[in-house]
Amino acid sequence: MTEEREHYEAVVVGCGPGGAAAAARLADHGVETLVLERGVEAGSKNVSGGLIYAEESAPYTIDDLFEGFREEAAERPVTDYQIHNIAGNKVKSYDLTDLHEHDTDWCDAVLRRKMDSRLEARVHEKTSETGGGVLTNVRVNGLLRDDGEIVGVTCDELDPIEADLIVAADGVNSELARDAGLMDWEEPDEWFQGVKAVVDMEPDVIDDRFDIDEDEGAAHLFSGDLFEDVRGGGFLYTNEDSLSIGTVFHLDSLVAEQAEPHELLDALLTHPVMAHWLGDEYDEREYGAKLVPDSKKVAHREPYRDRLVLVGDAAGQMQAQGPIIKGMNHAVTGGALAADAFAITRGNADPEAAGRRYAKLLEESGTMDKLRPRRYDLARTVGERDVVTNAVERVLDSRVGSLALGNPVADRVLKRAYNSPFLVSMIPDTRTGYVTVPAIVGEEHGRTIRWENGVEPPSLEARIGGLTYDTDVGNPHIELLDDSAEASEAAVYACPVSAEDFGGGCYRTEQVQTNGDEETVVSLDTQPCVECGTCAIVADTAWEHPRGGKGVEYREG
Amino acid sequence: MRSLVLTKGVPDFSEGAVSFDEDGHLERGKTPTVMNPNDEFAVRAALQTKVRHGGHVSGMSMGPPGYGDVLQEAMESVYTDDSYLLSDRELAASDTWATAITLSAGIEKYREEVADVDLVFAGFKTADGETGQTGPQTCWALDWPIVTHVIALDIDPDERRLRAKRLVEGDVDEIETVEAPLPCMVITDPEFEPAYRKASHRLTHKRLRDETEERAADHDEHLTTWDHVDLNLDPDYIGLDGSPTIVSSVDPIPKAPSEREATMIDPHDGDAMEPVLEELQPFAGSD
Repeated sequence: MTEEREHYEAVVVGCGPGGAAAAARLADHGVETLVLERGVEAGSKNVSGGLIYAEESAPYTIDDLFEGFREEAAERPVTDYQIHNIAGNKVKSYDLTDLHEHDTDWCDAVLRRKMDSRLEARVHEKTSETGGGVLTNVRVNGLLRDDGEIVGVTCDELDPIEADLIVAADGVNSELARDAGLMDWEEPDEWFQGVKAVVDMEPDVIDDRFDIDEDEGAAHLFSGDLFEDVRGGGFLYTNEDSLSIGTVFHLDSLVAEQAEPHELLDALLTHPVMAHWLGDEYDEREYGAKLVPDSKKVAHREPYRDRLVLVGDAAGQMQAQGPIIKGMNHAVTGGALAADAFAITRGNADPEAAGRRYAKLLEESGTMDKLRPRRYDLARTVGERDVVTNAVERVLDSRVGSLALGNPVADRVLKRAYNSPFLVSMIPDTRTGYVTVPAIVGEEHGRTIRWENGVEPPSLEARIGGLTYDTDVGNPHIELLDDSAEASEAAVYACPVSAEDFGGGCYRTEQVQTNGDEETVVSLDTQPCVECGTCAIVADTAWEHPRGGKGVEYREG
Repeated sequence: MRSLVLTKGVPDFSEGAVSFDEDGHLERGKTPTVMNPNDEFAVRAALQTKVRHGGHVSGMSMGPPGYGDVLQEAMESVYTDDSYLLSDRELAASDTWATAITLSAGIEKYREEVADVDLVFAGFKTADGETGQTGPQTCWALDWPIVTHVIALDIDPDERRLRAKRLVEGDVDEIETVEAPLPCMVITDPEFEPAYRKASHRLTHKRLRDETEERAADHDEHLTTWDHVDLNLDPDYIGLDGSPTIVSSVDPIPKAPSEREATMIDPHDGDAMEPVLEELQPFAGSD
C-alpha cells in the first residue's frame, strides 16, 4: 500500500511570531499552508525578554496580521522606560522614553506561552481555510532533497513532506538553516545568552510598586558594575500579574569571564535597586534561558536556498543595539515578507524566485538596515579593535575620564546620547559601553541606595526542579563529541542549567584516572536541558532538538 | 467506511473511586461507571479507520439507561458520530451468551435500518467480567470473520480487505500478519498503537476533535435507545432467563500475610538512628 509523498504549497516550520506571521499571510494569499510546531503547544519551547514592538516604519506589525492581538495575547504596554547606571550601591537613572518612542507605534510586554498559543489558534483557523492547518508535537529534523535540491522537509513523527515553499521559522537553533549550510555554530561573539525569571506578583501590587495604572507598564534596564566585567545588562518588564526579570550577555564574554549566568541573574535580583519593587515575598514562577543571535553580525542578507527561506531568529533577525532590543517584531516582518514574496512569484519555475524576492523585500523595506546598520559596520571597524578599546578604557578609568563624564554637562549629554537612535546604533560591543561608562556615571552622578534587599533567589537545583520536562528517556538530543576539558569545559559554566560544583545540571567535570594520569573530562546529562543551544557553540557537541513534544515545556516563556 | 464500536460500562476500579462493602463485595451504587478501559484500544482503532478513510463511526452498548454516559465518554475520546444503547429491564443480568445475542441483534437492526456496516470493533475483555467471550460470541452470531489481538491495522477500501498484525503470546511472543475480507470484526489488543504518519491524517484528527467537542456536549440528541421489542428478541432467550452461565459465588483473594516486622524511627532522633546506621555501615562502601 504505497502512497505518493504528501505535498503542500507551503510548509512553515515553527509557530512563533515569525512562523505565525508567515502562515497567516500565506493563508491571506490563499496558499495551502501546513504549520509544524515541535512543542506540545506553540510557545512551550520559547522564552523572550520580552517586549514586542510595533514600529511605525515597519511594513507589518503583529496587530496588522492578528486583529485584537494586544487585548488577547499581550501583557502590559510600556509607558515608563528607564535605564539605571550602577556603581556599587550608587545608581543614576535616565529616562529612555524618547529613545523608546522613536519609531514606536506601541510596545507591549509578552509572555511567550500565552502569546504564541493564542497565535497558534488563530493561525490554525486561518490556514484551515486554505487546506492546511497547524500540527503540534511534530519535529522537523531536516530538509528533503531531490537531486541535491531542497524540495521539502523530513520529520521525526511524519513521513517526508514536499512543498513549493519551506519557511524555516524554527528559531535560534534552526536545524533547517544548519542543514542548508546557512548557519554555523562557530563563533561565541555572534551570540548573546539571556536568562530570565518570571516572578509572581498581584496586579495591584505591581500598580502600586511601579506607580502605574492597571493599563500601564514599566520597563527598566540595568548596566554597570553589578555584573563585574561581563558585557551585557539586565532588564525588568511588568506583565499583568508577574514581572519578567532577566540578564543578557555576550556569549564570548560569559565564556571569557567564566561567569555563571544564573549567578549574574541573582546579582540583579539581590541588588538594592530591586528592593522596593520585589518586596519581601519573592515567588519565582519559572526560570528560563535563550540564545540570541546578534543581527549586526549574523543577520542573513540572503536568507534563502532553493525553496527554503529563513525567518526570525533562524535568519539572525534579532536586533540588539545598546538599550534597543527588538526581535519578535522583525520576525513578524520577515515572516510576512517571505509570504508576500512567495505570493508574488507563485508559479515561477525558478525554485529560488521567492527567496530572491524575499531578500529584496527585506532590503527595500529598510528591515535589513535596522538589523545590520551600515553605521555600525563602519564604527565597528575601529570601535571593536582592542587597541582602541584599551585606549578608551585607560582614559575613562583615569581622573580625566571621571571628570569628563562626571560634570553636569556630561550628565545632560549622556542622557541625550542614550536617547539617540543614531548614536545607539553605533555603540561598539566592548566593555566601555556596557560596564565602564555606566559605572562611572553611577559613581559620579548616582545616589546611594540604602534599601535592604531580602530576596533569596532559588538555587539552580530548585529552578530546574520547577520546570516541566517530558524526557525522551534513552534518546538524548545532544551528544558530547569531545569530552576533554579543553574542548567542552566552557559548557559547565556557560550552560544556564549547569554550574561548577553542581552535579544536577547538564554539564559537569569529572576527574578520571587513566594509566596513572589524572585527567579532567566533561560529562553530559541532557535531562535538565532547556534547549537554549549555548553548549552547541561553546562545546563540541552534536546538537539536535528533542522529538516532538519531548524535552522542556515552558509554562510562562 | 461504516464502523461500529462495541463498548461496555464497568465499575471504575481505579484507586479512590471503587467502593467495597464489609464482605469485600463491590458496591455498584457507590462506584462510578466508566467506559471499559480495554475498549479504549478498540475505539482508537475505529478512530484510525475514520481518520484515514473517512466515513462514520457509531458507538453501541448494552446496559441500563445510565450507560448513555459511557457512550458519551466514547464519543468524547474517539469522536464517534452517534450512539446506540440497547437497554431494557428484560436484558438485566445477561451473561456473555445473552449479551452476544442482544448485541448481534442490535448490529443486524443497525444494518437494516441505519446503514450497512464494514467493521465492528471491540476490546478484548471487560474489566469486570474478564471473560473475553462477548466479542467472539457476537461475531459468531453474525457469522462474520474475526481478527483478534490486533496491534496494527491497515484497510484497503477498494479491495474491501483488511490487513492486521496480531500479537500472539506464548513462550515466545510472535507478531502474525493476517488478511480478511470486509465486513469483519476486529478485537484490539492493549498493545494496539494507532499510526498517523501523514500530516493530512493529523489535520483530520484535529478537525474531528473540534467537531466532536460540540457534538458530545449534546450527547442525548445523538443517542438512540432500543429495547427488546425494537430488537425483536424473545425474553426467554435474553437477560437472566437466556443466560446459561451463573456465577455461584465470588471469593476475595486472601491477602498475603505480612511476615516482616517494621519499626518506625524518627530520622532526626540521633540515638534512635544509631542502630540503623550500624546496620547500614557494612553497605556504605567506605572505610
